[in-house]
Amino acid sequence: MIPLNFYLILSAFMFCVGVLGVLVRRNAIVVFMCIELMLNSVNLSLIAFSSYLGDPTGQMLVFFVMTVAAAEAAVGLAIIIALFRNKQTVNIDEINILKW
Amino acid sequence: MNFEQIVFYLLAAVSAASAVLMILQRNPVNSALFLILNFFCLGGLYLTLHAQFIAMVQVLVYAGAIMVLFVFVIMLLNLGDGRKLKETLGWKAYAAIALTAGLLLELLYIFVPATETISSQSPNAVEMGTVEYIGKVLFTKFLFPFEVTSLLLLAAIVGAVILAKKKVTE
Repeated sequence: MIPLNFYLILSAFMFCVGVLGVLVRRNAIVVFMCIELMLNSVNLSLIAFSSYLGDPTGQMLVFFVMTVAAAEAAVGLAIIIALFRNKQTVNIDEINILKW
Repeated sequence: MNFEQIVFYLLAAVSAASAVLMILQRNPVNSALFLILNFFCLGGLYLTLHAQFIAMVQVLVYAGAIMVLFVFVIMLLNLGDGRKLKETLGWKAYAAIALTAGLLLELLYIFVPATETISSQSPNAVEMGTVEYIGKVLFTKFLFPFEVTSLLLLAAIVGAVILAKKKVTE
């Protein structure tokens, strides 16, 4: 059998890759995809805990996380389209009108 | 090494590699394709955890719906070649790599030495992943969050339409 912490280590690694992508990449769409990756790595650890502890709450939480991710993807991509229409770029370094 | 371990290590290796490759691609379409591969592998890992329903939803919703939306927006914005976007790797990138490595080390420090970890899945894990069981729990214990979800999706639809539509000038 595979111990629980193998799943948790994989989940931690994928989460860190997502964090690195958000910090390093400048393309807003790729940053957004990295956020999806982070959500998914947390889903993996939730499912692993749910399955090893025999508690269905983790799977329910994953279900709701997926709903939130779908809503977030729709709204976020709409924001990116609106930004691109105004500034003709998706480089997050150039979208800095809130910074002074 | 038995069949279960081979499947786990294979899926884990492919999902970790595709996650790394995703952030290394210059072309966002390639990134999206690697992310789809990663989502498929995660679906397989959910199957090894006996969460059949969530595995199916993962493939349908994430690898299907959400990634189609991503690829569609990439095509719509016509960012196919990464040339227009200059990605600078200054000192900030090295600081980011150092911080992320620190985070990874902290997480591994917690997870790796846990020797008295639970080594086998719960006996009712197989029964718990079925649609029947999930549905039963979803419509009794989690009925209120489930209903609130519909409100969230409605707000997301309205928000997305309002944000993405063209401004009507009079």
